[in-house]
Amino acid sequence: MMLEAKNVRKHFDGLEVLKGISLTVEKGDVVAILGPSGSGKTTFLRCLNFLERADAGELIFDGERFDLRTAARADIARVRKKTAFVFQNYNLFLNKTVLQNVTLGLTLAGKMKKAQANEIAVRALERVGMGGKLDSYPSQLSGGQQQRVAIARGLASNPEIIYFDEPTSALDPELIGEVLSVMRGLAEDGMTMLVVTHEMDFARNVSNKVLFMADGSVVESGPSKAFFEHPQQARSRDFIKSILDARQ
Amino acid sequence: MTERLWNILTDSFPKLLDYGIRVTIPLTIASFALALIISVAVALIQYADVKGLRQICRFYIWIVRGTPLLVQLYLVFYGLPKLGVVLDALPTAILVLGLNEGAYMAETVRGALESVSRGQMEAGYCVGLNYLQIMTHVVLPQAFRTAFPALSNSMIAMLKETSMAATITVMEMFRQAQVINGRVYEPLALYGEVALIYLIFCTILTWLQHKGEKRLAAYGGKKA
Repeated sequence: MMLEAKNVRKHFDGLEVLKGISLTVEKGDVVAILGPSGSGKTTFLRCLNFLERADAGELIFDGERFDLRTAARADIARVRKKTAFVFQNYNLFLNKTVLQNVTLGLTLAGKMKKAQANEIAVRALERVGMGGKLDSYPSQLSGGQQQRVAIARGLASNPEIIYFDEPTSALDPELIGEVLSVMRGLAEDGMTMLVVTHEMDFARNVSNKVLFMADGSVVESGPSKAFFEHPQQARSRDFIKSILDARQ
Repeated sequence: MTERLWNILTDSFPKLLDYGIRVTIPLTIASFALALIISVAVALIQYADVKGLRQICRFYIWIVRGTPLLVQLYLVFYGLPKLGVVLDALPTAILVLGLNEGAYMAETVRGALESVSRGQMEAGYCVGLNYLQIMTHVVLPQAFRTAFPALSNSMIAMLKETSMAATITVMEMFRQAQVINGRVYEPLALYGEVALIYLIFCTILTWLQHKGEKRLAAYGGKKA
């Protein structure tokens, strides 16, 4: 077991957004976190990387135990070193080139030599098909290209797991495919991934596990195939049906 | 134009320009540098929400923006000696101009910092950077670009405000025009002439601003 989250709770302004979420991730798992808007998926993912402070909960990562509410700054830095986070709206550093976006963390946080960082960055960018845009600025790229650079930025630090927070939700429909195919490639290479998504094809065909949430609770979780073919809960069935209906 | 007037103009022009270059411009640069340091510090304290200091910053901005520059100059130069605080005219001018424009610029810089998306900070944390690294490499450079046109504005305003230093006996360009006028009494010609030199200085600053903006735009295009 590589990552375990236990009983994660969080509220905003009196509203309980997470009512005790637990999740176990094995190395190489691709977990799709599904659910209607407002179900707490994104908040859950953000709590795991301390972008939000949970009210309660525990994270066991690589055999090390962290309190999601009280973890010290040094512990948080240690967790983040082993993880990468891909945001819905990319959040590339707007004042940095594509190459600099990927090397910044390596040289500043990783204290790596510039030449070595460049080499790693170019390799990561080539892996996502962005090797030809090293000197472009984010504003000169399409959303799909920006998101691929963001994935390369995450890959460069050689993380043990990558968190994706609705990576295709901000993209024009014709750009979604290029990002999903990069993610599919990572999954095939055995990368451990936690993906909050509305892309049902991805959840069904690429992920091997599903965590289905509604109203801050886990409604159903298990292997993707079983979830889509034999959903156990009425809410899961309704959700899958509504997505399929919306597509027609 | 009479020959006398022509001679007055041609005699005074190099003198005024000389004071402009030797006093007005250095006074502008010194005051602006002070204002920049104050404004960045005050903006960062508010941005980072440093308890206690934040209230002091708001108080400073409130006082400075709520009182006229001329009154501030008089208060420090003529008023403070009553409390035993005696400063020379030039340091007083630099201090007051810097403190004055610094309050306006602090609001400019704070606005620019707050315009940088929260996501930039989060992305920085996620690639392992600490707060200081994110501020210096990501947030401040972006804020600087946003603030640049307004800061240029402040610098141009400050260049002209240095003429106020004449009221506390600083021998700068405008004061020199007053002195020459006191001798020859040609106010239209002399004040017209000094206005022209201010205009030339400001035109140069505007041109520099334009160059600077172009350069900043080349490094990164417009914000997405």
